[in-house]
Amino acid sequence: MLMRTSRWVGAGALAALLAGLGATPIAVASEPTVIRSVPIGNLRVLDPIWTTAYITRNHGYKVWDVLFAMDANGDIQPQMVDTYTVSDDGLTYTFTLREGLLWHDGEPVRAADCVASIRRWAARDGMGQSLMSFTESLEAVDDKTFTLQLTEPIGFVLDALGKIDSNVPFMMPERLALTPPTEQITEVIGSGPFRFLADEWVPGSRVVYEKFEDYVPRDEPASLAAGGKVVHIDRIESVYLPDAGVAMSAIAAGEIDLHESPPTDLLRLVEGNPNVSVIPNDPQGFQLFMVINHLHPPFDDVRVRQALLWGINQEDFMATIVGDPTRYELCPAVFGCGGTNESDAGSEPLMTVDVERARSLLEEAGALGARVVMLDPADNSTLHPAALMGAQALRRMGFEVQADAMDWSTLTQRRASRAAPGEGGWNIFITNSTATGIANPLSHNFIRNCEQAWYGWPCEPRIVELSTEWALETDQDRRAELTHELQRLHLENVSYIPLGQYKPAIIFRREITDVIPGPAIFYWNLRKEG
Amino acid sequence: MWAYVLRRILATFPVLAVVAFVVFSILHIAPGDPAAIIAGDQATPQQIEAIRASLGLDRPFHEQFLIYVGNVLQGDFGTSIFSGVPVTRLFWQRVEPTIALTITTTIVTLLLAIPLGVLAAWKAGSWIDRAVMSFAVLGFSFPVFVVGYMLIFVFSIQLGWLPIQGYRPLADGFWPFLRHLILPSLALGLSFMALIARITRASVLEVLSQDHIRTVRAKGVPTRGLLFDHALPNAAVPILTIVGVGVAILLGGVVVTESVFAIPGLGRLVVDAILHRDYPVIQGVLLIFSAVYVLVNLVVDLLYVVFDPRIRY
Repeated sequence: MLMRTSRWVGAGALAALLAGLGATPIAVASEPTVIRSVPIGNLRVLDPIWTTAYITRNHGYKVWDVLFAMDANGDIQPQMVDTYTVSDDGLTYTFTLREGLLWHDGEPVRAADCVASIRRWAARDGMGQSLMSFTESLEAVDDKTFTLQLTEPIGFVLDALGKIDSNVPFMMPERLALTPPTEQITEVIGSGPFRFLADEWVPGSRVVYEKFEDYVPRDEPASLAAGGKVVHIDRIESVYLPDAGVAMSAIAAGEIDLHESPPTDLLRLVEGNPNVSVIPNDPQGFQLFMVINHLHPPFDDVRVRQALLWGINQEDFMATIVGDPTRYELCPAVFGCGGTNESDAGSEPLMTVDVERARSLLEEAGALGARVVMLDPADNSTLHPAALMGAQALRRMGFEVQADAMDWSTLTQRRASRAAPGEGGWNIFITNSTATGIANPLSHNFIRNCEQAWYGWPCEPRIVELSTEWALETDQDRRAELTHELQRLHLENVSYIPLGQYKPAIIFRREITDVIPGPAIFYWNLRKEG
Repeated sequence: MWAYVLRRILATFPVLAVVAFVVFSILHIAPGDPAAIIAGDQATPQQIEAIRASLGLDRPFHEQFLIYVGNVLQGDFGTSIFSGVPVTRLFWQRVEPTIALTITTTIVTLLLAIPLGVLAAWKAGSWIDRAVMSFAVLGFSFPVFVVGYMLIFVFSIQLGWLPIQGYRPLADGFWPFLRHLILPSLALGLSFMALIARITRASVLEVLSQDHIRTVRAKGVPTRGLLFDHALPNAAVPILTIVGVGVAILLGGVVVTESVFAIPGLGRLVVDAILHRDYPVIQGVLLIFSAVYVLVNLVVDLLYVVFDPRIRY
């Protein structure tokens, strides 16, 4: 037995030696520049139109390109589009693609590909659906040109096509874009700056991309999602590390180059480490918000919903889930703070903590002591503490709170129930969104009202009218007025409750430079020294 | 003997059928909706329903189960709802790390726990015995993830000897492969080691009090020979039984160990699938785990014959 063991050890040593010898010629050749990064989550779905998951959106930005993109100033800039014109009556948009655009399989990008891609995206995305509701026709004129014919002038064509958040209108080859939007594409072929290596994909663990050598970047400097997507690295190895503490240790030790979404409470493990840089990621970050079920008592009464505004303290929520005051801000704006549609109209109840006033409103509505079912996603490290905080805030106001702990998967099913809270339904849950994803009345799906309402089903017809008016309006000053009015109405009717805005960080080794902070981590522009 | 083996292998099929039915039923009774997860926060109920229909999840339970069983009998374990990758491909991608971790853990455990157990039995009542048994109690008491973090802190962060996370396949070389498995194997093996050491001590202690051992001792056989050539083989049957049971403990432990050390094995695959209700992956992997467990126990039963010639099948 001992002899057999020795033989195995010997064979292993010999194998290691031979492997070492075999590796020598590779070492002599120029080493590829590889970034080993920890993504924001586990990439399970590859189709960024089939799902709105942020991890799939981030994957999409590497593989696929977009017609228009948002720059750091929030302006929409051409990306795959070279030039575009708008007819005098504002009804006809004509787009011409840049020269030299290729798919990863070597085929040229055609206007017909873009037409099919826009149609598939618009079937899934709220803003796309709005765009299509004003569309007379969308057709390819030739290989490089396509036109969009509207039924009436609208002010958000470029905002929709340059949408930065899920679902992003990524362009795909026509044969893939013809896949029904309720089914997943079966092949990952894009025209973006990186190629997805399907053979190296280990779902739930590792995703590998390599530089697409034939990608033609724009000449302008990179700016958020817009500008020249110049790639300075050869390969990205995106490794999902399920344990947050281990991931932080791995980057501190140099086993990982970049962490896209480190937990805020663990940042102190690397702050002060001279080999690790910590910078704010998305300049606008995430909005935390409370979703209220308007269908059932006690929140079918607007006075009870308004009581929540007076009794809630955003500071409690932000301090609980973020901690460091430099990484969050108190923000009453339903369309987010820091964006073009920021407004504080009607925000006094939300920004003033007056628990006594909340209790008197509840008493007036006969809801003091009412039972409230709160959904608590116990497997989510951000939303679980927020739910506990919310339950405590509600108890302080005088509600009797039943916090139902469950995993996120169960919550996504239960929130769809319109049943009474005692019969499998619910009253309240807390979730979040990127601030850029809720930046205007069209992209902010969570506060749509009446027939288009999200879970919670608020319905104030005036909000629907003003949102439609906002979509049709092309004058920016009038749009700003409408935004203020919408903000006031949303808080007056308490469509939902913003709980503050927080800014996650991104951390990377000092060898990494020129990272573009954004809602998704873009791997173009960045460099790795040494 | 061979008739017994055949009977046991045939008995595996009803066991797997029951496992398949129970797992399938539990998954479909449990709350959670993969279509809602895929569709994301901004999808309408109609879009979620369309996705559910495209995945075949809107069909009646019995229809889904019969389709599943029919496919499994043809060797088709289905396709991941999320990634669209066949379950068999996911399995083969993940099986090597789990096998490597399980085998290295078993080897490390047996190499350390059996001598410790024999030593404790030989020195029963002494400080060595008490030290070994204290170690066994501690081994049982520490959860795998706590041991994992402690090992990472000491050997990776403080001393810098071993990697913090990850897995390197054997094809990358033996030393990189082994380096990445040392800490996970120790973390996973500690409770198993404690269990084996205790059982070994108890079994050897019982054998040492028997008449034939007194005869061996009277014949002047040295202590090492007495312990390892005479006492240990006679104490082997209960130890083997526990090793078989321990495989189930290890399969449970790899889930946590693979998460802590970021090893892309089957444990992580199945946990992730459970969290997202990826039904085909959960069903496929649990069925395979069950088959492995049944086969390991069969192997253990057959090894009884090797260690105890009195046993006949």
